[in-house]
Amino acid sequence: MSGADDDRPVDPVTGYQTTGHNWNGIIELNTPMSRIAVWALVLAFLYSVVAWILLPAWPTGNHYTRGLLGLDQGAEAVDGYRQIHDARQGWMARFDDPDFAALAGDPAVMAEAGPAATRLFHDNCAACHGDDGGGGPGFPVLSDGYWMWGGDPATIAETIRVGINGTDPDTRISEMPRFDWMSREERAILADYVAGLPAQSADPGSPAAQLFADNCATCHGDTAAGGLDNGAPSLADASVIYGQDAETVNTTLWAGRHGTMPSWSGRLTPAEINLLALHVLRLSQGRATP
Amino acid sequence: MLILHYNLEKVSMALVVAIIGVASIGGIVEIAPLFTIDETVKVPEDLRPLTPLELAGREIYIREGCYACHSQMIRSLADEIDRYGPYSLAGESAYDHPMLWGSKRTGPDLARVGGKYSDYWHVAHLINPRNVVSASIMPSYPWLLRPLDTGKLPAELATLARLGVPYSEVMLTAAASDAMAQSRPDSDGATEVQDRYGAGVAVRDFDGNVEKVSEMDAVVAYLQSLGTQTRAALQTLEEE
Ligand code: HEC
Ligand code: HEC
Ligand code: HEC
Repeated sequence: MSGADDDRPVDPVTGYQTTGHNWNGIIELNTPMSRIAVWALVLAFLYSVVAWILLPAWPTGNHYTRGLLGLDQGAEAVDGYRQIHDARQGWMARFDDPDFAALAGDPAVMAEAGPAATRLFHDNCAACHGDDGGGGPGFPVLSDGYWMWGGDPATIAETIRVGINGTDPDTRISEMPRFDWMSREERAILADYVAGLPAQSADPGSPAAQLFADNCATCHGDTAAGGLDNGAPSLADASVIYGQDAETVNTTLWAGRHGTMPSWSGRLTPAEINLLALHVLRLSQGRATP
Repeated sequence: MLILHYNLEKVSMALVVAIIGVASIGGIVEIAPLFTIDETVKVPEDLRPLTPLELAGREIYIREGCYACHSQMIRSLADEIDRYGPYSLAGESAYDHPMLWGSKRTGPDLARVGGKYSDYWHVAHLINPRNVVSASIMPSYPWLLRPLDTGKLPAELATLARLGVPYSEVMLTAAASDAMAQSRPDSDGATEVQDRYGAGVAVRDFDGNVEKVSEMDAVVAYLQSLGTQTRAALQTLEEE
């Protein structure tokens, strides 16, 4: 130690040297840093030298030293992702080009695929269709067994893949045209008629029924039960998209509807889409856990 | 050394300066080189700047504090890639001033939400999230249906242009009209927006009311643009 230490006073109580400062009567012990801390520091410095050699470390102008291990967090994450992916491949591969009937009947596969499908549905579909596929205002019920576009699993998968009025080049197109050219009265009686369809209180002999047959039956079917796989819903069953009270139907008639279901081709893999198709089908059969 | 310390301790201002000097070494060593290393921010070639309407939406996103609950950065972790898609690259937000990466996730990450939902869903969700997600704790933003003020847009674009965002002279002068045209697909200026900003730009009536260009149009246009300004990140997942 240097000469300055020597003339510093010693604290009479502890016998330690003090720093020599006196702040208004308060003096401070000159306790040295504890050994363990000093050693920790030395080890840390030694480790840093090793780290500089192994890991990306020193800047060199426009570049940096990459380190002998060549680590890259991005590449590591992608590796990890591929591992997750490969771990699922055992059962997921069966969904690449699936035989839906066989898969649905295979409890071993469904035990693994079922929870994964529920997860996927919650992350991607539930915001619109509800956790249980129960739909919501503007979004169709998936769990009632009625299909606007067809209900065999391959067709459902196709709907999910291309979407409806979506961004995929092959997207399904659906349009409820505007009937703003009808007179206000025509729309009003038609709306009442349509509102009465689910409860079968609509009068089939009324002028409204004639209006329906002339203007609506081509898309919604002669009995308004849909089923033409053209995107038009059944107006005779209990489930609705936008609402089937007279007022909402009136709005639908006046303004038209142009519901959008996003295309999932870019976001989900074909296997995931097939898995979801089976999940949706099972929801409608009451066989999947929501 | 010890004598220096002994003397320094008695001159408090000098001690303060010395402490700041020592404490900043770590920062200088770790941060300063990032400005010269080429790889820090690799601006993707196909990166397009936000359109004026999307930019207006971004301003509203900041104004409403959406960033307090939503991050816009998918971290380089396997599970994040699995849920949200390819991890975020610094270059993807090269034109964001300031960037909105965030770290607080009360709601989900939004970096790749563009195209995930329909405009109709976003409008219903922003007016009242409980409309569509019954258990949501996100606040309602019904006032976004008011008309959009496009007055500041030319100046905002000009500011960003000075910071290096590639807005051309034409883009600056047409900022306000481009903002209106993007949400009016049948208007004269609609195709010009795509000519200027790229064919991938969505030109639609976002809020379901063609007559009015609302703040909702802007926010939804912005949300639908997230993650679609470049395809660079997708390449990280391509098999080599
Ligand atoms: C942004 C909201 C939204 C999201 C998210 C969404 N959908 Fe849809 N989906 C719709 C709408 C709206 C329709 C009906 C379109 C129409 O009006 O014709 C629909 C229709 C469907 C149909 C056709 C139903 C029928 O009767 O034929 C299926 C199947 C479907 N969705 C499955 C899914 C699956 C699976 C997911 C998740 C990967 C999903 N949807 C995510 C909005 C959404
Ligand atoms: C070109 C085919 C087409 C014609 C013609 C048509 N519709 Fe539609 N309609 C649709 C489609 C497609 C939808 C679903 C739209 C959507 O989900 O966005 C729909 C939806 C509806 C709905 C909403 C159902 C709900 O659950 O909310 C009502 C009500 C309706 N149509 C009534 C009518 C009436 C009444 C007429 C005759 C005046 C008619 N439609 C004529 C195709 C048609
Ligand atoms: C108090 C925190 C909070 C604030 C502030 C907030 N959000 Fe959210 N947000 C959430 C939560 C929680 C969810 C998930 C539940 C839901 O979908 O509503 C969510 C979901 C979302 C989603 C759907 C994401 C997905 O992938 O499903 C979008 C888009 C969104 N918010 C946009 C916004 C916008 C735009 C704002 C500002 C105007 C905003 N949020 C402000 C908490 C918040």
